Amino acid sequence: MDNFMNDNRDFGNNKLGVNPGMVLKNVLLKGDMLASLEGRVGKEKLDKLLNASVAVCGLGGLGSNIAIALARAGVGKLHLIDFDRVDISNMNRQQYFTDQLGMEKTEALSDTINRIAPYTEITTDFVRLDEKNVPVLLKDEDIICEAFDRPEAKAMLVETALKAFPDKYIVSGSGMSGFGSNNLIKTERRLSKLYVCGDMESDVFDESKPENSSLVSSRVLAAAAHEAHMIIRLIIGEEEP
Amino acid sequence: MVKINGEMYDFAGKNITEMLTELDYNPVRVAVEVNFSIVTKAEYNDYKLKDEDSVEVVQFVGGG
Repeated sequence: MDNFMNDNRDFGNNKLGVNPGMVLKNVLLKGDMLASLEGRVGKEKLDKLLNASVAVCGLGGLGSNIAIALARAGVGKLHLIDFDRVDISNMNRQQYFTDQLGMEKTEALSDTINRIAPYTEITTDFVRLDEKNVPVLLKDEDIICEAFDRPEAKAMLVETALKAFPDKYIVSGSGMSGFGSNNLIKTERRLSKLYVCGDMESDVFDESKPENSSLVSSRVLAAAAHEAHMIIRLIIGEEEP
Repeated sequence: MVKINGEMYDFAGKNITEMLTELDYNPVRVAVEVNFSIVTKAEYNDYKLKDEDSVEVVQFVGGG
């Protein structure tokens, strides 16, 4: 923190590196932002946040919102993973801009986070996670965030990652569709190292309950906020949901 | 007896697939932990529950 002028980390997609004046301006901005964050949360917590690394798996309604919340809070390293591109149908709840339509979500969200929180170190993988690549791609991060939409993919990631990395925490989302009350959305510790956030019930794919067939930004955001907040609590050493 | 999500069942000797079927879970949508260790889908048919095992089953729903 005190040595931000000597900070030579690679800040991802920042394209300002060619102009020395802009580099200095950017370094000063990062320093000012980190000083501001330290003023709000204190050095001890900020150091924990800056030293933390989180893999965000799935960059849709949950993951795009979670990643931005983590970056704003000061989480130092984010690994963004998705196989999809920004689509018009995403705009009702996902943190993308219309001028990003068609972009890889990994690249679009990296650009956005660089604009919001240039102190965040970002790595990306434009890939679909499966049983084979999870143990390889997620080995470096302290905490894994499950932010997929299909329940089979959620179960695959949770099971594969908990088996491969028994010491890592996974924070997952389940149940945030429809127009039901946001007061039903909660965080529960469901397995030794697994927290689940959501109402645990509303299934967007359940054709017998058409009232849950839509995803509404204000409700997906509530579940995303639960996931992001549990991750932040784990980083500062709080294990209670 | 086997404890599953806090409830007691006479399931000793059953495998994980049989347990999930009897309790009406969808095997591809769950994660299962027995005595604080993950049991993967590839192990469901061979993993036999024992008396006094403690099982947690989490079933996921869609949306994100």
